[in-house]
Amino acid sequence: MARTVSTQRKAAVTVLAWVIGLLIFFPILWTVLTSFKTEGEAIANPPSFLFFDWTMENYTEVQERSNYLRHVVNSVAISFGSTLIGLIIAVPAAWAMAFSPTKRTKGILMWMLSTKMLPAVGVLMPIYLIFRDLGLLDTLIALIIVMTMVNLPIMVWMLYTYFKEIPADILEAARMDGAGLRQEIVYVLAPMAVPGIASTCLLNIILAWNEAFWSLNLTAASAAPLTAFIASYSSPEGLFWAKLSAASTMAIAPILVLGWFSQRQLVRGLTFGAVK
Amino acid sequence: MAETTLTVATVNNGDMIRMQKMSGDFEQKHPGISLDWVTMEENILRQKVTTDIATKGGQYDIMTIGNYEVRIWAKQGWLVPLDDLGDDYDAADIMPAIREGLTYEGTLYAAPFYGESSMVMYRTDLFEAAGLTMPEDPTWAFIGEAARALTDTENEVYGICLRGKAGWGENMAFITSLGHSMGARWFDMDWQPQFDQPIWTDTLQFYVDLMTDAGPPGASTNGFNENLALFQSGKCAMWIDATVAASFVTDPKESQVADSVGFALAPHGGTDKHGSWLWSWNLAVPASTEHADAAKAFIAWATSKDYTTMVAEVDGWANVPPGTRTSLYENPEYREAAAFADMTLRSINAADQADPTVDPVPYIGGQWVGIPEFQGLGTAVGQQFSAALAGRVSVDQALENAQRFTEREMKKGGYIE
Repeated sequence: MARTVSTQRKAAVTVLAWVIGLLIFFPILWTVLTSFKTEGEAIANPPSFLFFDWTMENYTEVQERSNYLRHVVNSVAISFGSTLIGLIIAVPAAWAMAFSPTKRTKGILMWMLSTKMLPAVGVLMPIYLIFRDLGLLDTLIALIIVMTMVNLPIMVWMLYTYFKEIPADILEAARMDGAGLRQEIVYVLAPMAVPGIASTCLLNIILAWNEAFWSLNLTAASAAPLTAFIASYSSPEGLFWAKLSAASTMAIAPILVLGWFSQRQLVRGLTFGAVK
Repeated sequence: MAETTLTVATVNNGDMIRMQKMSGDFEQKHPGISLDWVTMEENILRQKVTTDIATKGGQYDIMTIGNYEVRIWAKQGWLVPLDDLGDDYDAADIMPAIREGLTYEGTLYAAPFYGESSMVMYRTDLFEAAGLTMPEDPTWAFIGEAARALTDTENEVYGICLRGKAGWGENMAFITSLGHSMGARWFDMDWQPQFDQPIWTDTLQFYVDLMTDAGPPGASTNGFNENLALFQSGKCAMWIDATVAASFVTDPKESQVADSVGFALAPHGGTDKHGSWLWSWNLAVPASTEHADAAKAFIAWATSKDYTTMVAEVDGWANVPPGTRTSLYENPEYREAAAFADMTLRSINAADQADPTVDPVPYIGGQWVGIPEFQGLGTAVGQQFSAALAGRVSVDQALENAQRFTEREMKKGGYIE
């Protein structure tokens, strides 16, 4: 017998979901509102929510001071570039682990994940020196390499859990019908795994877009992405919250739009395998 | 001529942003040189330029650094000497106190862009209403009495706002200069840490008591900006901090108390040492640059008298970078436009980096100690003092922890056995 959910419970869950949703969204909303305030109003106590003199001067100043477009182009290049290279490495790796596991597969997966537990600053100097010697400081190539490395464990793990959901029998049937390895991947595995690959890509793009530690430490002027653009508006002497909020709003706008249009894939990717 | 691109690393402060806006003039005068700006928050800037210069990364051609770094880096051979900035540069016009901090073994290694000291900013209307008169040269005892008398917690007006946020450039800038003016010191002539001396107990207890009685709530997390916001919104009767704040608190566009702000020298503890600090943001050329001549040309432009005049023509005299050139303070137009000019000059002159304490010390500095280890030491000790202010540890415990930590680090650094 199907379990019936009472209307009251449904309503309670809906209200709870809205409250949590609004709670999570509130900092973003506050950032956007602050970006339209003057510096004085931005730090006023008690703060005003909607009734203040709306101004665009922060956006004008940010546009005047920074080359926003260059930062956007760098962010796009780093996040999409690292995702593409990551995918080229992660898909075969996850495929091998999902369909031809050995007794060491689990260990390798755990080892890959353990690299995420190392604080990034612990390897800053060696990586900095290597890139210096290779002449790669402040280049997009350096950031793409680092972002690929940083996010690879997550990509492999996500794709691995995805591939594990695909019945091996289907691939075996394809092989029995005479499909070669390439045909098996292109015509059988890929169509079934597209949602998984898409959500992995999206998550990786968002992670690379938001990453601040490496982009702040390995770039100067040429390759600085939007995270460095935001950081440039913080100041120890002088009020800066309104301008910083304007810069943040401009920095998150592109990824917010991308996230909005792909939320279905994103949610599916993040919850996949959560319930078994 | 091949195009030279100079990468300038600078801090996100009003004067630096103005320099960036004005830099078209430099590019126009030097057709072969273009500028790429990297603006950062102070802590990020310090971390990035230190990494770059120590590893000879060569990412920047011009760096904005504090006077704390200049001598330490010059000693390491990391900076290009700046003794040849042109015939009309007039290096002799740079204020002696500022120039001294940027000179190592007789050679100038950085050019000051703006300089600051510390002073008392106070509300003249509140003082008048309470029947108090601020002396030009107040003592800490007077500041303590006035702060308690002016505190009106019901109306959210607090007698005094001081830095409490932990950090070598945050609360320790204030507490170190407070200690120096009271007769305390970080080290004796043998580099032995001095936090176990009674004078430090008196100093820290005075600070904690004063802030408990007359400071705003949550003061242990307040830095420059938090106190600026409090003062500008009329919640502080006094604020002792960097002289650069004077232009913010007297700006009617930002400050609700702009027309009732007075200034006085940083207080002293009955000795001839004021608790005034000396800080300058300076432009320097790292030895790793391939464009040293072009970089020097830019520095000569940005720190020249002509630059000051240009800013005055565009944005007014009150907005020129202060605290670096003697001639600026002799300029009647500047003195008229900037009500705080005289007190800024006196505060800078009152700061003595070479001899900041009552008893002799082996270091230079006012609000900092000029050794490479100080960034780490200052922050760790600052955390203890901030915890004492928040009431998480006692004054005695904080000093004991500070002493133990400093002793350990000084042994590690080879200063003591």
